[in-house]
Amino acid sequence: MQKNITKTKNILFAGIGGQGIILASEIISQTLFEAGYDVKKSEIHGMSQRGGSVTSEIRFGDKVYSPLIPNSEVDFLVIFNDTELERNRIYLSETGEIIRFEESDIDFIQKEKVKNVYLLGKLAYFLPVNKELWLSVIKDMVPPAYLEENLSAFINGYEKQSKTTNK
Amino acid sequence: MDNSKKTISKVLLSGNEAIARGAYEAGVAVSTAYPGTPSSEISPAIAAYGTAKVEWSVNEKVALEVAIGSSFCGARSICSMKHVGLNVASDPLLTVTYTGVKGGLVIISADDPGMHSSQNEQDNRHYGRFAKIPVLEPSDSQEAKDFTKLAFSISEQFDTPVIVRMTTRVCHAKTIVELSEPETMERKYSFEKNPHKYVMVPAFAKKRHVIIEDRLNKLKEFSESTELNRIEYGIDKNTGIICSGITYQYVKESFPDVSILKLGFVYPLCESKISEFCESVKNVYVIEELDNFLYTEIKAKGINVLSKPDKFMLDELNPDKVHEILTGEPKEKISNIPPKPPAMCPGCTHRGVFHTLKKMKFTVVGDIGCYTLGSLPPLSSLDTCVCMGASIGMLHGMTKVLPEKEKQNVAAVIGDSTFFHSGITGLIDIVYNKGIGTILILDNQTTAMTGKQEHPGTGFTINLEPTVSILPEKICEAIGIKNIKVVDPYDLKSIQGALTESLNSSEVSVIVFRRECVLKGKKKKASYAYIIADKCVNCRQCLNIGCPAISNTTPPVINMALCNGCGVCIQICKTGAIECKKI
Repeated sequence: MQKNITKTKNILFAGIGGQGIILASEIISQTLFEAGYDVKKSEIHGMSQRGGSVTSEIRFGDKVYSPLIPNSEVDFLVIFNDTELERNRIYLSETGEIIRFEESDIDFIQKEKVKNVYLLGKLAYFLPVNKELWLSVIKDMVPPAYLEENLSAFINGYEKQSKTTNK
Repeated sequence: MDNSKKTISKVLLSGNEAIARGAYEAGVAVSTAYPGTPSSEISPAIAAYGTAKVEWSVNEKVALEVAIGSSFCGARSICSMKHVGLNVASDPLLTVTYTGVKGGLVIISADDPGMHSSQNEQDNRHYGRFAKIPVLEPSDSQEAKDFTKLAFSISEQFDTPVIVRMTTRVCHAKTIVELSEPETMERKYSFEKNPHKYVMVPAFAKKRHVIIEDRLNKLKEFSESTELNRIEYGIDKNTGIICSGITYQYVKESFPDVSILKLGFVYPLCESKISEFCESVKNVYVIEELDNFLYTEIKAKGINVLSKPDKFMLDELNPDKVHEILTGEPKEKISNIPPKPPAMCPGCTHRGVFHTLKKMKFTVVGDIGCYTLGSLPPLSSLDTCVCMGASIGMLHGMTKVLPEKEKQNVAAVIGDSTFFHSGITGLIDIVYNKGIGTILILDNQTTAMTGKQEHPGTGFTINLEPTVSILPEKICEAIGIKNIKVVDPYDLKSIQGALTESLNSSEVSVIVFRRECVLKGKKKKASYAYIIADKCVNCRQCLNIGCPAISNTTPPVINMALCNGCGVCIQICKTGAIECKKI
C-alpha cells in the first residue's frame, strides 16, 4: 500500500479506436487499485470503437465518486493520436501535464503496436506507484507472447520521461 | 480475471461484470441475452463462471421467454438486453407480470443516455410503471452486484419479475467490488401445473390482475423499509437532492455537503420516506437523467419538489451538468473541435456493397449494425434506420406506394445477426403479400458492432461449442423466394451484376453478400495494397470509399499497417495505380 494523495487525481486517455487505449486503461486502473487507491474508470464501447475518437477516464484517490472527470480538472492528458490533442486540451487543469508521443520518442520504441504501453510508461513516471507494481500488473494482464515487448516498451517510456523531466 | 494467486475479496469490476458476479453469487441457473451495447458483456461474464446454462438468444423476446420458462420450473433466471431490446421483449414482459414467477426472474435493462451506440435514448424506468413491477437502479459496480442478488430474492418474495435498470456509465465504468461466496442452491427444478397462475386467458388473467394490484401495494411497503432507499443528511439542510443511479455519484462529486435521498428502489416509490425528507430539508430538487420519471411520480403524490430545467431531458448528465442544474451557472466546457466519427474498418466487407449502391443510385432502407455507418460520408448511401429488422418491412411499405420507376431502385440492407433477430418475419410478409424489391443480407458471419458475438449462423454457441449453422439463403428458399444469389462482397463486378439483375426482376430478390468480418478471429494478413505515385493522376476516386487506410494527401497514400488487402480500392482505380503486394 502506498498512499500519499487525498485529492482525486484525473487521467484522460484520448485516441482513436484500435490503438489499445482500453488495454492501457485496464493496466493503469488495476495498478492504482493494487496500490491501495479508490479507482474508477469509464469508457464507451460499441459504435465509437469503429475508428472514431475514443477516450478513457481514470480517477483515483482516497474516495472517488463520479467515474466522469469534472470539466477542466484533468491532471494528465495522455494523447494516443495527435488528432485528439486540440480537442481535449481544454479539459486540462491549469497545472495539468500533456503526455504524448514526440519526435524524440521514436528511437525508444520498436513497434507501433506497443505505443500504448510506452505512453503508459511515460505517464507512470508521474504517478505515486512504484515501478515494480506496474511491471507485475503488466505481467498479469498481457498475454505471454507479447509480454517481453510490452515490458520493455513500458520501461523505455518510464526512463525516457525520467530523463526528460530531470534535464 | 485471474485471481488465483491472491485470495483477495475485493476486485475492480465493470458494472456488467458486477451484474454477472451478483447473478453467480445468487445461484443463477439460466442466463439469456441478445447482445446490445451497453449490455453485451453481461451474459459472457456469467458464462465464464461455468455454473449456469448461458445462451445467446435469437432476439430479446425469445431471451425473455426462455428465462420465463426456466423460472416457471423454479430456476433463478436472468435476461439481459439493451434498452431498445426491452421493447422487443415487452410482449412477454407485460404478461409475465400477471403470471408472476417461481424461480427469481431478473431482467437487466441497459439504457444508453446520450446515445453512445443506440438509435434512441428512451428511459426504461417507465417499464416498471407500465408492467407494475419493481425497478432497481444501481449507481456503481458494488451496487450492481448487490442489487442483482437482492433482485432475485425480491422476485421470489413478491412473485414478480424485477428490472435492474443500468445505464452506460454504470455498465462500462470499473469500480471496486467486494466479493462474497455464492449461495448454495439445492433446488429440484420441476413444473407444477397451475393454470390459474400460468395460463393467461381472460378468466384467469382477471383474477391475476387483482393480485398484481395488491402486489404493488406490498412492494410500496417494501420500498419504504428497504435500505436501498436511504437518506444521507449533509451539513447543508437547506438543499436536498433526490436522485438515483449514476446521478448520485455526480451529486456527491459536485455537492458533497448537501442532503441526499438516494433511491435504489425507484419503482414503486417510497412515499413516506420522500415526505419525511422533504419536511426536514428546505428546498428539494429531483435530479435525474433523461425523463422526469421520479419528479412526476413525486409530484403526483402532492409532494412539493423542484425539477431540472427542460434542456436536461436530453443527453446524459455529468458532474458539471449537475452543478448547473443546482446553481444555474453553466460549467461544462465543450470542445468546438468535433470528435472523429466512427468508420467502417479497413477491409470491411460492407464497403464495396455501399460504394456500388451509391454508384447505382439506390434508395437504401437500412437496419441496425456496423453497416449503419454506410450513412456517413463519403459513402452516404444508407437512407433509413429505425429498429432491428425494420429494413425489410419498410422496403415493402415503400414499394407499396412509390411510383413504378422509383420502386425498382429501393433495396433493403440487413446484417446476418439482425436477419435472424427479426428480419425473417418481415421477409415472409413480403413474400406472402406478393411484394417486390431487393433484400441484401450483409453476412459477415458475426454480430460485429456489439463485439463479434456468435449467432445462429456462425456454427457456435456462446460457450463456443459447435452447433448448427443456419444459412439465410436456405430460409429464403424455404419461404418460396426464387431469386437468390450468394456473392463475394470484395468483388465489385459481381456486386454490380447481381444488383442489375435484381433491378430487372418483378419478384423479391435476395442477395447474400458473404465474407467473414475482418475483426473476427485472428487473421494473418495475406496482402496489402499500395499506390504507385507515378501512375496516380490524383483523381481522388479511391478516397470516395471512405477507407481509413487511405490518407487524404496528394497523391493519396495507403498505410500498409492498416490495410487488410481487401482489394476494393484496386478495383476502383481507373489508372491501375493501386497494386497488391503479397506478404
